Amino acid sequence: MTEMTYLRAISDGLRTEMRDDERVLLMGEDIGVYGGAFKVTDGFIEEFGADRVMDTPLAESGIVGTAVGAAVVGLRPVCEMQFADFVSCGFDQIVNVAGKMLYRQGLPVNITVRLPSGGGFSGGPFHSQNPEAWFMHSPGLKVVAPSTAEDAKGLMIASIRDPNPVIYMEHKNLYRRVKGEVPDGSYETPFRARVAREGDDLVVIAYGQMVHTALEATADLDGASIMVLDLRSLVPLDEEAILGAVHHCSKVVVVDEANYTCAAGAQVSALIAERAFEDLDGPVLRVATPDVPIPFSPPLEAAVLPSVERVREACRQLLEY
Amino acid sequence: MATSSTDVPIGPSTAAQECPSAHLTVDDRVGLLRAMLLMRAIEERAMNLYRQGKVPGSFYDGFGQEAVSVGATWAMAPADRLCVLHRDLGAHLVRGVAPAAILSQYMGREAGITSGRDGNVHFGDLRTGCVGMVSMLPDMMLVAAGMAMAFKLRKEQRCALTWFGDGSTSRGDFHEAMNWAGVQRLPVIFVLENNQFAYSTPIKQQFAVNPVERAAAYGFPGVSVDGNDAEAMFEATRAARERAVCGGGPTLIEAVTMRMHGHGAHDDMKYVPKALVEEWRQKDPIDRQGNRLKELGVDVDALVKEVRAEVDAAARKALAGPMPDPATATDRLFASRDDDEVLLEDGAAPWSGFRS
Ligand SMILES: Cc1ncc(C[n+]2csc(CCOP(=O)(O)OP(=O)(O)O)c2C)c(N)n1
Ligand SMILES: [Mg+2]
Repeated sequence: MTEMTYLRAISDGLRTEMRDDERVLLMGEDIGVYGGAFKVTDGFIEEFGADRVMDTPLAESGIVGTAVGAAVVGLRPVCEMQFADFVSCGFDQIVNVAGKMLYRQGLPVNITVRLPSGGGFSGGPFHSQNPEAWFMHSPGLKVVAPSTAEDAKGLMIASIRDPNPVIYMEHKNLYRRVKGEVPDGSYETPFRARVAREGDDLVVIAYGQMVHTALEATADLDGASIMVLDLRSLVPLDEEAILGAVHHCSKVVVVDEANYTCAAGAQVSALIAERAFEDLDGPVLRVATPDVPIPFSPPLEAAVLPSVERVREACRQLLEY
Repeated sequence: MATSSTDVPIGPSTAAQECPSAHLTVDDRVGLLRAMLLMRAIEERAMNLYRQGKVPGSFYDGFGQEAVSVGATWAMAPADRLCVLHRDLGAHLVRGVAPAAILSQYMGREAGITSGRDGNVHFGDLRTGCVGMVSMLPDMMLVAAGMAMAFKLRKEQRCALTWFGDGSTSRGDFHEAMNWAGVQRLPVIFVLENNQFAYSTPIKQQFAVNPVERAAAYGFPGVSVDGNDAEAMFEATRAARERAVCGGGPTLIEAVTMRMHGHGAHDDMKYVPKALVEEWRQKDPIDRQGNRLKELGVDVDALVKEVRAEVDAAARKALAGPMPDPATATDRLFASRDDDEVLLEDGAAPWSGFRS
C-alpha cells in the first residue's frame, strides 16, 4: 500500500497496465512532452516513448476514430480528452462507431476514453461538465466513475482490460483533493457499487465527487444512521446493490453533479420506482445541478452545484417524512 | 485562385484503351470482370427482391461504379484492412464474402453478415479483414487511418484503405483524417468516389476546390483516375499501396465516375439531366472491360451466364434461410473477456502479384 492522490492513482493504473501489456498506448492532446493538462501522464514519455504516449493533433473525432481503428487490429488505446467537455467533438465516433461495432458485426472495440470532468473551480460552461449520461443512453458503452484513489487505479486497469469501449469519468476536483491508500501492483476494481458508509435509516446514492459531498453531508446528521452507496459504475449499473440498499434503508436520496434531467440519478430513481416501490417509506428525493450551463463566477457556480448543505437538507426532509 | 474544375464533371475518355497496368495477367483481367459482373448481378437481384418487399427498409447500389471497388480491392494484400462503403459491394466479393451471405444480409436474415442487426451494405465480414461502415460519413476515414497507425507503430508492411463519396468530403472527419494521415505519414489509401452527386446535391454545391487538389495541402499526393476503368483503378491503388508499405505515406485517389441509379431504390433522380446519364452510359465499366477481354478472345458471354447461375443459386439459398430469432435482439451488446482476442482476419487477395 502507498498513500497517493486520486490523480497519482490514475497515473499508477495507466503505468501498471502499460508495463504489463505492450498493446496499451495513450493518445491525446499535450499528453506526451507536456505530460497532460493535469499532468496525469507526467514522465510517461520518458519511460514509454513517443509512440506509446502519443501527442495527437487537436482533433477529438480523430483521437477516438483512429483509436477504434487501432483497437480492431490489436492495440489497446487509452484516449484522453483534455477536458470531458471536448468529448462532444468526438461523440459521433464513440456512439456510432465504437458503441455499435460489436453488436453489428461481432468485432470488439477495446478502447478506454478518459474524461476529466466536473466543476467546482470556475471552469465555466465549457470546462465543468459531467456528460456521463450522454453515454449511458448509448448502447454498447460502459461508463465508470471512481471516487477514491484505490478505485481510480483499479477501475483504470479494469477499463483497459475490458474488451468494450469504456468511458472513464475522472473528476478534476478530486485529482489533488482526495488521497488514499492504494495497493501496489496490479489489481482490478469490479464494475459494481461499493458501500462507502454503512447505515440503516436512509441511503444516499452517488458517484464521483458527490460521494464525498454525501459523506460530508451525512457524517453527523442529528444522530441518524445514513448509508452512502458509491455506484462506481454507471454502465453496468449495479441494480442489485441499489435495490438492496433501498430494501435495507427504505428512504433514498439520489445525488448527481450532472444536470438534473435524464441524469444517472434519474435512471437510479426510475429503477427504484419500478422495482422497489414496496420498500419505500417516502418519495425518492433527488439533488442535482439545475438544467443550466455551469456558470463561471464563484457565487453563481456555487448556487447550482449540489452542496453539502443541499444534500443535508434533502436528507433531513426525508428523515422527517 | 479558385479552380473551376467543379463546374463540369470531368468524365473519363471513351477512347478504347490498352491495359493501363503492366501488372495484370489475363486471369487478373478476367477476375476483375467477373467480380464486377457478380456485383451487378447481386445488386440487380437485390433490387428485384426489394420491389417484391423481401428487402426491408431501403436499398442502395453501386450500379455503374463497379470498377471503383473491384479495381482498388484487387490491389490489396491479405493482411491489408479495408473499410467498405455503400457503393462498394465489389470489395466484399473480391475479399471473399459469399453472394448468399450478402443477399441474406439485404433481406435481414439470420445468415446475413450481421445476422439482421444492420441492413443493406452496412456490413463488414471480420473474416475478410473488412470493417463495416456506419452511416455517418465519412467516419470510416478515421478508422482506416487508425488501422494504418497501428501498422506503422508495429512496423508492419501493411496498409489500410477506405472509400468515401464526394459529399462526405464536406464533413469535418474528412479533414481530421486527411490531416492525421499526413502528419503521421500513415500507410493509408483514401479513395474518393466522385460520382458527381451526393443524394441530389451536385458537386458544384459541395466544394469550391476539388478534394483531390486538397491532398497536396495535407502533405501527400492526390491522383485522379478514370473510375470506370477497373484496370486503371487497380493500377493507381497498386502504386499507392506500394508507396504506403514502403513508408511513403498516404495517397488520395479520386475515382471519377457517375452514380447511374438514384441515391437509393426510392429515388427517381429527376434532378439529373438525362443527357448526362446517357453520356456516362457509354462509359459503362463492365462493357468496357468486357470489350477488352473479347478482343483477347475471352468468352465473356459464358462468364455472364456462369455469374447469373451463381447468383440464382445464392438467391435460392438466401430465400430459404430463416429470419433471425427475435429472442436474440438484445444479445451480444458487450464482449466478454473470452472475446478479447477477436480481431479482423486476413481476406482473400486474388491478384497474381501476391502469388509470385
Ligand atoms: C453525416 C451524414 N449526413 C447525412 C447522411 C445522409 N446521407 C446518406 S448518403 C448521402 C449522400 C452521400 O453522398 P456522397 O458522399 O457523395 O456518397 P454517394 O452516396 O454519392 O456515394 C447522404 C446525405 C449521412 N449518411 N451522413
Ligand atoms: Mg457522391
